[in-house]
Amino acid sequence: MTTTRDAPALTATDLVVEFPAGRGQKVHAVSGVSLEVAAGETLGILGESGCGKSTVGRSLIQLPPPDAGTVRLGDVTLTGLAPRELRRARARMQIIMQDPVSALNPRRRVKDLVWEGRSIWGPGDDTRDKDARVDAALRDVGLDPATVRDRRPHELSGGQCQRVCIARALMLDPEVLICDEPVSSLDVSVQAQILNLLETTTRRRALSMVFIAHDVSVVKNISDRVMVMYLGKVCEVLPSDGMQHEAVHPYTRLLLASLPEAQLGSAAPAGPPAAEERAAELPSPLNPPSGCRFRTRCPLATERCAAEEPAPREIRPGHRIACHHAEPRRNHP
Amino acid sequence: MTPKREAATTAPAPTDGTRGTAAPPLLDATDVRTAFHTPRGAVRAVDGVSLTLSEGETLGIVGESGSGKSVLGRTLMGLITDGPGTTVSGTVRIGGKDVHALTPAGRRALWGTEVAMVFQDPMTSLNPVKKTGTHLSESLRLHLGLGRADARDRAVDLLRQVGIPEPARRAGQYPHELSGGMRQRVVIAMALACGPRLLIADEPTTALDVTVQKQILDLLRSLAEELRMATILISHDLATVAGRTDRVAVMYAGRLVEYADTAAVFDRPRHPYSSALIASIPRLDLPPHTLLPAIEGRPPNLLHPPAGCRFAPRCDTATDRCTTESPGLTAYAGERDAGGLVACHHPLGAAEEAAV
Amino acid sequence: MSDLAPRTRTAFPPPLLIGAALAVVGLVLLVFGATTPQLVTPAKAAVALLGLGLLLAGASRLGKVWAGPGFDVVFWFGAAWLLLLGLAILCAPWLPLAEDRDVASTVAEPVFATPTFTGGHPLGTNAFGLDLLARSLYGARSSLLISLSAVALGTVVGGAIGMVAGYFQKSVDRVVGIATNSLLAVPPLILLIALATVLQPHLRNVAFSLALLTIPGMVRLARATTMAYANREFVVAARAMGAGRTRILLRELLPNVLLPVLSLAVVMISVLVVAEASLSFLGLGIQPPEPTWGNMIAEGEGRVFEEHPHIVLVPGAFLFLTVFAFNVVGEKARGRWDSRSVKL
Repeated sequence: MTTTRDAPALTATDLVVEFPAGRGQKVHAVSGVSLEVAAGETLGILGESGCGKSTVGRSLIQLPPPDAGTVRLGDVTLTGLAPRELRRARARMQIIMQDPVSALNPRRRVKDLVWEGRSIWGPGDDTRDKDARVDAALRDVGLDPATVRDRRPHELSGGQCQRVCIARALMLDPEVLICDEPVSSLDVSVQAQILNLLETTTRRRALSMVFIAHDVSVVKNISDRVMVMYLGKVCEVLPSDGMQHEAVHPYTRLLLASLPEAQLGSAAPAGPPAAEERAAELPSPLNPPSGCRFRTRCPLATERCAAEEPAPREIRPGHRIACHHAEPRRNHP
Repeated sequence: MTPKREAATTAPAPTDGTRGTAAPPLLDATDVRTAFHTPRGAVRAVDGVSLTLSEGETLGIVGESGSGKSVLGRTLMGLITDGPGTTVSGTVRIGGKDVHALTPAGRRALWGTEVAMVFQDPMTSLNPVKKTGTHLSESLRLHLGLGRADARDRAVDLLRQVGIPEPARRAGQYPHELSGGMRQRVVIAMALACGPRLLIADEPTTALDVTVQKQILDLLRSLAEELRMATILISHDLATVAGRTDRVAVMYAGRLVEYADTAAVFDRPRHPYSSALIASIPRLDLPPHTLLPAIEGRPPNLLHPPAGCRFAPRCDTATDRCTTESPGLTAYAGERDAGGLVACHHPLGAAEEAAV
Repeated sequence: MSDLAPRTRTAFPPPLLIGAALAVVGLVLLVFGATTPQLVTPAKAAVALLGLGLLLAGASRLGKVWAGPGFDVVFWFGAAWLLLLGLAILCAPWLPLAEDRDVASTVAEPVFATPTFTGGHPLGTNAFGLDLLARSLYGARSSLLISLSAVALGTVVGGAIGMVAGYFQKSVDRVVGIATNSLLAVPPLILLIALATVLQPHLRNVAFSLALLTIPGMVRLARATTMAYANREFVVAARAMGAGRTRILLRELLPNVLLPVLSLAVVMISVLVVAEASLSFLGLGIQPPEPTWGNMIAEGEGRVFEEHPHIVLVPGAFLFLTVFAFNVVGEKARGRWDSRSVKL
């Protein structure tokens, strides 16, 4: 792990995001999430749809800003910054989104898309070497500048569009890259290409990355640490290395047990029972369960879980869980 | 007009001696070709695919987007037929009936009772203004001629069978009141309503959450076993198909590149594409930051597919022969009786086989 | 696949010949029907319509031989009409046209002359001996000038308001919503009459009142399109790169909103041509002797139309053809835009 504890690149404390849902109700999308990403580290955020992982990603770049909580990028506190300074600070953090085709303006050409950030922040300063720098950026992400430079997004494949998005983000030399499901709309073979590209890029540039996805093995592959979310809360934070053996939160175990056998490889998870797979409806984020939000699906749930919300506790260095009952595993292979 | 046939691509119908049964197979597709005509030329989405499936067997069809797997599924079902803008050739027999020789009315009679289909997006498969129970009871009354009350009771039974809690209450709800997983269960119940012998599921879990995916796939398997129903599972995700099918057909650019027992393909893939596809899946037992062996390049344009083997431009082991001569499906080297077929001039592991 | 094979072109007689023959026969019938004084009106109309139909069928065949099966004869007919009319309007002062407004100089001219190619009045004259062709062309000048400037004004103002409302939403959107809804709640004719009583009926004021009618539709379209694109991920990406509001509105959203708004504008031109004619017909628009299609049609009031139908039919035909042409061209433009957005 490359964590250097003294200078986190990105810190978020007690983020809360709520959306109005009509009739006076509120969607509790994110309820008190804290995270920290060290310089050069990749934090994976894992969870199913509706768990608030994408909302966390968006509130990190203040689009929209969280309803409560603070976000610090290096030494700048983003929350509460004046709009002009916020725009400048935000450019130090870039986002890669799930649908690469929709993330590119359909009416612009690739060269202008890649140059977009530069044209916002450095008008006139180095437009003369625009072509050379755009070509270099495209080559960096594995695209052939001569063939794609003058195309429009709909003339490219999904994988190529995602490469253009990455090139565009890197053009601004960001410190932190936020990837929101960057490979889930891509084919398996293309997914591997993009994961490899992100891996080598972050390593070469010592970029910090927040990698949001629903696929356990994808997240494990690219992250140093993994944060598991369920219904707007953090369940478990643990190092990704060996997570298939070390994870103890019942929800994490359920996610691991849901993986198809081929993705488990030789790592068939053993240990605490996975949550019982009931065909029950998921609880609504409009009215989340009291206490522990996972208790309605949890095999370990007791009365205490309904009454008292489990506080995050550290069960070993770098491994925190929010569960009353789960215990660290003693003897694993 | 019959499309020009290259001898090499016309695969022989895989007749596997090991599971040879006297009865004709439930599904027998021979040299199926589907082409769409666009202003820029013909797109051969499916180009000479032969498959068989017996009673109760499960088959996985795996391929990336644009490989023709969904078009193949719809052609087998008879949803895509020969007509203006589309050419379908070859024969598809389901339960002995030639699907593409039937009249439209004859095909409709086949759907639901012999063969049924489950689509990717459960929301668009359901009519938003109809109640869950109505979706089911309507087709029961139409196909089986049940009365109103009988159809309603049977609908509730079906909802219970697909694992929906409180089926009687759910039958009175509208699709938008159900979660994605519940909706897909309703769609499966609709497919099962008239007791089909073959179920074609086209990416049935792609739109669903990970934990729900497993539930739906488990449900499909247990239903198939319980009802002795043959199943075709179409997916872009090899991992989904791995533990859940007897045989798997790997498609690339409209053709089958490997067609064998699922376990055999996963243990020792013979086609370089199958092998590369399996290797590119991130696995839990790999340490973090492992660079995955990705397949470089992109699938060919089906308007102008390359000559010879269509995977050759992306293949590490391609030779001059691969770019000129199209490989046909042939039995695995050294295991003629195992029923495994691969379309490659230089299948993986062939050298070792020869040495032994 | 046989039905997709290229059609054999050895049929006899060749389609080129049939097309040309149909077109010529049609044109002759059309001119004959429109200009023969000996026929009664229904017969004239029937002959002219038959001629028009044959002309279109012939042109369609010719076009298909020329440009392939995708040839849309109605579109090209509309486009040709607009082009012809535009040219005629621009060159009107230099064309050998008879007098169009000075009653004093037409004392010697025949009144209510029927259309004929012989004599100096191809489309006839009105009660004062003024030439209908000249009046129709000068009328088209004011009609089109008014509707084009009204649409331009409405598109710019309505589009801008709609984009701002769609992008900022919240209170801005609520205020704009109330304003457009109240504008829509007033019946347009009553609004125009009210404006006409207050404002002097000259070109600029009529254009201004008509522009008011186009604004609510434009606001709604621009607002809805902006909202659809404002949630697209490329806008989020631009904001993440630090783009400000102005940049997002102008560089990211405007190019995407422009096409649907422009295609609505083309259709709107035809609506305003009709609206302007209605106003003039009611005597609330441009005043005679300055010609517009509306006040020319109004001249057929009373028994005049029964005795001299061409007084109404001539400006009516100009109005009909122009409105029809704008609609056809606008539809085609929108269809083209839609198919592009599907591909994206």
